[in-house]
Amino acid sequence: MSNVPIMADVAAAGKEIEVLFWVGCAGSFDARAQKVTRAFSEILNAVGINYAILGKEESCTGDPARRAGNEFVFQMTALQNIETLNGYGIKKIVTACPHCFNTLKNEYPALGGSYDVIHHTQLLQDLINTGRLKLQGGGSFNGKRITYHDSCYLGRINGVYEAPRALLEALDVELVEMKRCKSKGLCCGAGGAQMFKEDEPGEKRINKERVEEVLETGASAVAANCPFCLTMLRDGVTAEGKEEQVMVYDLAELILDKMKD
Amino acid sequence: MIQQILFIVIAGGALLFAARQFLQIKKKISLGQPEEIKGDTGERIKNVLLIALGQKKMFKQWVPALMHFAIYAAFLITQIELLEIFFDGVTGAHRAFAPALGGFYTFVISTIEVLTFFAFFATIIFLVRRTLVKPARFTQTEMQGWPARDGILILLGELVLIAGIVCMNGADVLLQKLDPAHYPDTGTLAVSSWLGPLLFGGLSQQSLVVVERFGWWLHILTVLAFLNYLPISKHLHIVLAFFNVYYSRLKPRGEMENMPEIMNEVKSMMGLIEASEADMGAELPEFGAKDVTGLSWKTLLEAYSCTECGRCTEQCPANLTGKKLSPRKIMMDIRDRTDEVAAGLAVSEAVAPADFDDGKSLFDYIASEELHACTTCQACVEACPVMINPMEPILALRRYEILTESKGPADWIPMFTSVENNGAVWAVADPRDGWTRED
Repeated sequence: MSNVPIMADVAAAGKEIEVLFWVGCAGSFDARAQKVTRAFSEILNAVGINYAILGKEESCTGDPARRAGNEFVFQMTALQNIETLNGYGIKKIVTACPHCFNTLKNEYPALGGSYDVIHHTQLLQDLINTGRLKLQGGGSFNGKRITYHDSCYLGRINGVYEAPRALLEALDVELVEMKRCKSKGLCCGAGGAQMFKEDEPGEKRINKERVEEVLETGASAVAANCPFCLTMLRDGVTAEGKEEQVMVYDLAELILDKMKD
Repeated sequence: MIQQILFIVIAGGALLFAARQFLQIKKKISLGQPEEIKGDTGERIKNVLLIALGQKKMFKQWVPALMHFAIYAAFLITQIELLEIFFDGVTGAHRAFAPALGGFYTFVISTIEVLTFFAFFATIIFLVRRTLVKPARFTQTEMQGWPARDGILILLGELVLIAGIVCMNGADVLLQKLDPAHYPDTGTLAVSSWLGPLLFGGLSQQSLVVVERFGWWLHILTVLAFLNYLPISKHLHIVLAFFNVYYSRLKPRGEMENMPEIMNEVKSMMGLIEASEADMGAELPEFGAKDVTGLSWKTLLEAYSCTECGRCTEQCPANLTGKKLSPRKIMMDIRDRTDEVAAGLAVSEAVAPADFDDGKSLFDYIASEELHACTTCQACVEACPVMINPMEPILALRRYEILTESKGPADWIPMFTSVENNGAVWAVADPRDGWTRED
């Protein structure tokens, strides 16, 4: 998809944007998360949102480094990003990664970067509510039983529980909640820089615990809102040998599917 | 008269001794780093009303919450009776408030009795739960020994308090009929008016006087004993929970405490500010915390507010998949280490807390394996009924490990290097916008 506007070009042309799409490391480089990034861009293009990405000028927000305890690396990458964002006069940011969302929204202000930050599920909900985004009657998931996994960084930590569920409602699917959901949602095991290291010794992997709960619901798909959850859930489903029965999707992919006849 | 002197000496002594212990707790908490707790006072008061007084967060598990609330409500309202006990004890009067308050007195004492009745059952159920049912959160390793005994002692203490009330009120109801001159009319009490005759009916006036005095003294002595037991017990939460909730941080949950000293250093490296503005001292500073004196005072207050209920550990994804991390243990370790540091400082009076060195640190209590297992999911933060944040000290210790000791999981090093050099968590050859050119 060559029609993704880059901020440097937009600024060089002297234009303004409605919202900056912050892609994040996973969304940029992880093969599975890239699909979500493309799906979301496709939606933005289809709706005609005036947006751009930073592209090569974007750097890791620093969330995993900071939570691992490496404040130096966090400050280096964060201050660099804030320079870039402030340089372009960015006011509003949307991102499909709850970790980027949390760091941009809650941690950059103390470093001199204050923006209106929203998660992509919130933007999608808003687009549906305002009628800018029209869903079709079709869709591969109509009437299917789907469960939803609250990421810690969007849910418990930032209190966003309703927007993703509103999207599922708009999708005409049968939402079945897991035993542990919303503020009691169970972590996928990737946060706090766990994604980048081996597990500490224990009885089982956290994603296995979570996937067991997914399977209990009897859902044919689990919807996530976070690239790391996506990886953890998919690995967990595969480890259970259920990759044929249970699909793992990001909400943007489900919405895009529903926009087509 | 003898009783009055005895009461004044015992109660006065117990109160003084308790006050001294509470001042020591305050001193221990102040061993922590200064942290300015910012935010709106109205918001704080609302939190105290809802979460501390109203126990809102307890009701995530409503069965224990209801029973806990019964005991707590009985405790709160019994303070009114306690005022009268103190008044009577000092002046030598008997139920001095009864004639003055009339019907209202009957109502208050009856309410106390009804709540005590519920509290009695709740206490019994709690005892059964701790000794026979043993839910997982009461039996983890950190609960072995003193913490488990502490929990049972508190409940037994509550039963003694209730026994005292039953004796003094039950005998009093009968004595009012026999000796109205000395025993003011309390009106018909909700429980004692039938329980008194049931238990003590048929006793001589002499025996009833003994039972009434026994109950009265038993109750007040247990209260005074409890007051002095609090500082060495998890039961301290009945005082500190209110402070802990009031001082809970109002900043966004997802915001980790910024480190301005590192921020300014990096800013001066980037040429964003003059090097002089980055106030880095000549000596190498210590980043993060390796001991309790390096943690915020608020974290130490949290450690002393902890009730060891284990709701945090029960929700912790690392713990429930068999990892060594237990948020409750982290808080208990911080409290134990603070006690140890305070005791050491008391011996060597002249040493400033920051210079205290007994060859140990918090890392002797908390293993790296525990710190490394945290996913920062904040299930523990969400679960705590008294607004403790166990993640905060975990991250402070991680910061010390990485920044001061250059240790930590080797797996993380490539991620750090890659973020620093390539601006991405993975070292990838592709450009960051490569995804726009593939389908």
